[in-house]
Amino acid sequence: MEWETVIGLEVHVQLNTATKIFSGASTAFGAEPNTQACAIDLAMPGTLPVVNAEAYRKAVMFGLAIDAGIAKRSVFDRKNYFYPDLPKGYQTTQLDIPIVGPGHIDLQLGEGKTKRVRIHHAHLEEDAGKSLHEDFHGMSGIDLNRAGTPLIEVVSEPDMNNSVEAVAFAKQLHSIVTSIGICDGKMAQGSMRFDVNISVRPKGQEELGTRTETKNLNSFKFMEEAIALEVERQIDILEDGGSIAQETRLYNSDAKTSKSMRSKEEANDYRYFPCPDLLPVEIDDDFIEAVRKQLPELPAERQARFVDTYKLSEYDASLLSASADLAHFFEAAASSDAKLAANWVMGEVSARLNADDKAIAESPVTGDMLGDMIARLKDNTISSKQAKQVFEGMWKGEGNADAVIEKRGLKQVSDTGALEGMVDAVLAANAAMVEDYKNTDESKRKKKLGGFMGQIMKASKGQANPQMINQILMKKLNELV
Amino acid sequence: MAVDRSEIEKLAVLARIEMTDEAAEQVASSISDVLKLVDQLQAADTDGVAPMAHPMDAVQRLRLDEVSESDQREKFQAIAPATENGLYLVPKVID
Amino acid sequence: MHNKTIAELIQGLRNKEFTSRELTQHYLDRIERLDSNYNSFITVTKDSALAQADAADQRLAAGEAPDLCGIPIAHKDIFCTDGVRTSCGSKMLENFVPPYNATVVENYLAQGAVMLGKTNMDEFAMGSSNETSYFGAVKNPWNTDCVPGGSSGGSAACVAAQLAPAATATDTGGSIRQPAALCGLTGLKPTYGRVSRWGMIAFASSLDQAGPMTRTAEDAAIMLNAMASFDSKDSTCIEHDVPDYTAELNNSLDGLTIGVPAEYFGEGLNPAIATAVNAAIETYKKLGATIKEITLPHTDLSVPAYYVIAPAECSANLSRFDGVRYGHRCEDPKDLNDLYCRSRAEGFGDEVKRRILVGAYALSSGYYDAYYSKAQKVRRLIKQDFVDAFDPAKAGVDIILGPTTPDPAFAFGAKSADPVAMYLEDIYTIATNLAGLPAMSLPCGLIESENGELPVGLQLIGNYFDEARLLNVAHQFQQVTDFHQHTPPGIA
Repeated sequence: MEWETVIGLEVHVQLNTATKIFSGASTAFGAEPNTQACAIDLAMPGTLPVVNAEAYRKAVMFGLAIDAGIAKRSVFDRKNYFYPDLPKGYQTTQLDIPIVGPGHIDLQLGEGKTKRVRIHHAHLEEDAGKSLHEDFHGMSGIDLNRAGTPLIEVVSEPDMNNSVEAVAFAKQLHSIVTSIGICDGKMAQGSMRFDVNISVRPKGQEELGTRTETKNLNSFKFMEEAIALEVERQIDILEDGGSIAQETRLYNSDAKTSKSMRSKEEANDYRYFPCPDLLPVEIDDDFIEAVRKQLPELPAERQARFVDTYKLSEYDASLLSASADLAHFFEAAASSDAKLAANWVMGEVSARLNADDKAIAESPVTGDMLGDMIARLKDNTISSKQAKQVFEGMWKGEGNADAVIEKRGLKQVSDTGALEGMVDAVLAANAAMVEDYKNTDESKRKKKLGGFMGQIMKASKGQANPQMINQILMKKLNELV
Repeated sequence: MAVDRSEIEKLAVLARIEMTDEAAEQVASSISDVLKLVDQLQAADTDGVAPMAHPMDAVQRLRLDEVSESDQREKFQAIAPATENGLYLVPKVID
Repeated sequence: MHNKTIAELIQGLRNKEFTSRELTQHYLDRIERLDSNYNSFITVTKDSALAQADAADQRLAAGEAPDLCGIPIAHKDIFCTDGVRTSCGSKMLENFVPPYNATVVENYLAQGAVMLGKTNMDEFAMGSSNETSYFGAVKNPWNTDCVPGGSSGGSAACVAAQLAPAATATDTGGSIRQPAALCGLTGLKPTYGRVSRWGMIAFASSLDQAGPMTRTAEDAAIMLNAMASFDSKDSTCIEHDVPDYTAELNNSLDGLTIGVPAEYFGEGLNPAIATAVNAAIETYKKLGATIKEITLPHTDLSVPAYYVIAPAECSANLSRFDGVRYGHRCEDPKDLNDLYCRSRAEGFGDEVKRRILVGAYALSSGYYDAYYSKAQKVRRLIKQDFVDAFDPAKAGVDIILGPTTPDPAFAFGAKSADPVAMYLEDIYTIATNLAGLPAMSLPCGLIESENGELPVGLQLIGNYFDEARLLNVAHQFQQVTDFHQHTPPGIA
């Protein structure tokens, strides 16, 4: 039987505010345990929440970025359950009236294919703390620094049909939230976490199959793996005549396995009700319009502009516009030749970043530096081959392009007189090769040029301008024929 | 509405309160009395009435995003039942 | 000294009749000598009280001291006090020492008031008799075989027994007014949002409101002046100017319209209380007020609505007591669930457990609409009754008057076995909490009962933020009556 996969995503996006959603404690990552958990975050008796304006503004920004309706009046609810990382015994979230209503995100799937994924809604809520499982005499340790960090939970419709689409969605969402500056996008630190709802059904069947939810995936790669694994697991069960249990699953990225989290499922009755410690938040059109004005260029808009302004292909433009940092880097480098800059950014720069495990913002070669180097390529100061050495020098901190060129003596010789002298010397020293050239049929003489070029470049220690040498050599040889 | 012991036991699990069978039986009876009182609500005509969660028609004030809290871990953990290395200790959490 | 009102003590300190230290020592001595009869304090803060008194004396000597500087008061043990155990009447918080002050506590500290200690209360403010306190029941100074009312029974008893000139308290369904009535005191529950809830351990967040318990309306006004403030730390605190609540005390009641709701005089009201309240109505007529019969048709639904909403909110508010970060933790939990279930079973008393379970029930899937949502709708109807009563285009009254309680103080054990009978104690007080209105209770008589001579409370309900008028109406009554000057037997 042919099966169709149906995927919906719930994504937790940490908002990069300075303070928690309901307290004035810092949200900075990596502090000593519980040093950023204040009395409110610890749910000390008598403490009360007050909503962070910036968290609210950033949620509205997200809504505008995905073309969604913004609720002018939204309400916080309590979701009741006990867990040691949840100090109040309830999570403050939005159930009935979330801040962001239905919207959509458009995916570029390559080769001009696109897909629109609908967003059901996005709501504001607080993050939980962390349980550390290393052993404290058979106990777990609880760190509540993360408790109360503002999140938006973005809930998609089940509009994706394979892991490629799901990953493209995740990447596009990452691109949007980092471009508009509401999330730092650091997946390894948990700034974005994905819950994937997966079901399969016989192709052509209207009714959805029973779905499972694989929780807390924090990399695109794990997400892809987890989806493949879960789809296979479900199809195996169904083909053996079994049925899928609606459950929450946890993916183990080391073992490449998943398991059911039944412990969390038992008696799941969250008893939501409006939080009596918080009042409804009301905003007006002026607020929304003010946020809209502050909205930076969105990835889709930027991509269109890159195609238009820099004459890049759709594909190159989509890669380079994926994150605000990358786009800024590219635009700085593109001052003299956009196409060359695009090739360098997607080639050498990204290879070096990958090798050194660095983000674009941490690159030792800035976009401006790369742009200057490309300018030296364009004005023939250096050859493409030399450019690689210049880049290497810049990466190692030897200075900007001009400094590296100077220091490493990489200037290309483009002086006609000097080059003619070099050509003459090589021709004189290689009479046999010249003779051979003369005797070669005209149509095949081009092949013989390489030998001369090699000798000349060697003689110039690689600094001769190859295009000019080529011209001079052709001219001189033709005179001899 | 009356509740029986098994319903009380379910609620006790939700509310994380240990309860003996005997206590559950007793609680079921007293809570049934309370629910009988509360059931008078059903007679009220509330068609077209919106639920009211707050007595005042006020709206939420928003707070500036400025750090106002400093580290007081030592003070807070001085009153904690069990801590180690700055962490609160609980019996092993199994995901 | 202890038979003086706060207004008199303020004058005494300024006239150097006594120092704050002498005054404080006097009350501390009384507490030490007499409180074993009443059990009104859970914690007495003798040393810090004397230190605060000395500081107040210096401030007074320097002049320009705020009204309450040097005046000893007691705080209900629901207000967090930095460095002083705050138990909320529960085993759960038997050893809880908060590292911060409630805003109410801060406000009195800023005035230079002296804290004598923390008063006993029903556990987590859930009760109408003070019998649910982990620290033992409080006894009514009028008859120590009787309850003082609740949940602020300790605050009421200590003021009635003149162990403190005033105390702070909280009122979620009548917890200031009912004990004030049963102990012969003046108690004020302000408009919801008038006083900050920061640091006040929550029972039902949308109903809880702090207020003073005093011997006179004038003292209540002085106490409220310090207590009321706008607090940005409480989202539900209303940004509203705090007037001088003593400024209008002496206004004439000429032209005042008092509404008397028929529903507050129905079946279930003790006839002797009805008589006392009717007498008060006559007094008001003499003071120039017009009496208007009004109707609050949804009154009988207030107790049912309250016993859904308050338990629902408390079921979530009390989830934080889990034995992890503070409070009671069971011995040797075998796993996480055991830690939660046993810590909470051991830490909470029966009434608290009952309300948590009722709340969980009302919010659980399948029952939310029939209970929680329905109660919230009825809550709006109840509020609308009051809005109509105060609306000049409708009934147009200025104040609503009625009894505070259906009965005077009752004997220990008389209602503790029957939660519903206990809940009905608050039948006249609960509606104002649901509506968020200010209300007060003041003594309007002494009646003979099976438990001897006991005080009766008169309840006045005002419009939103109309505390000044409420206090004015109460004060004028106290100018022409002496019920507030009666003291329990043996207290002089």
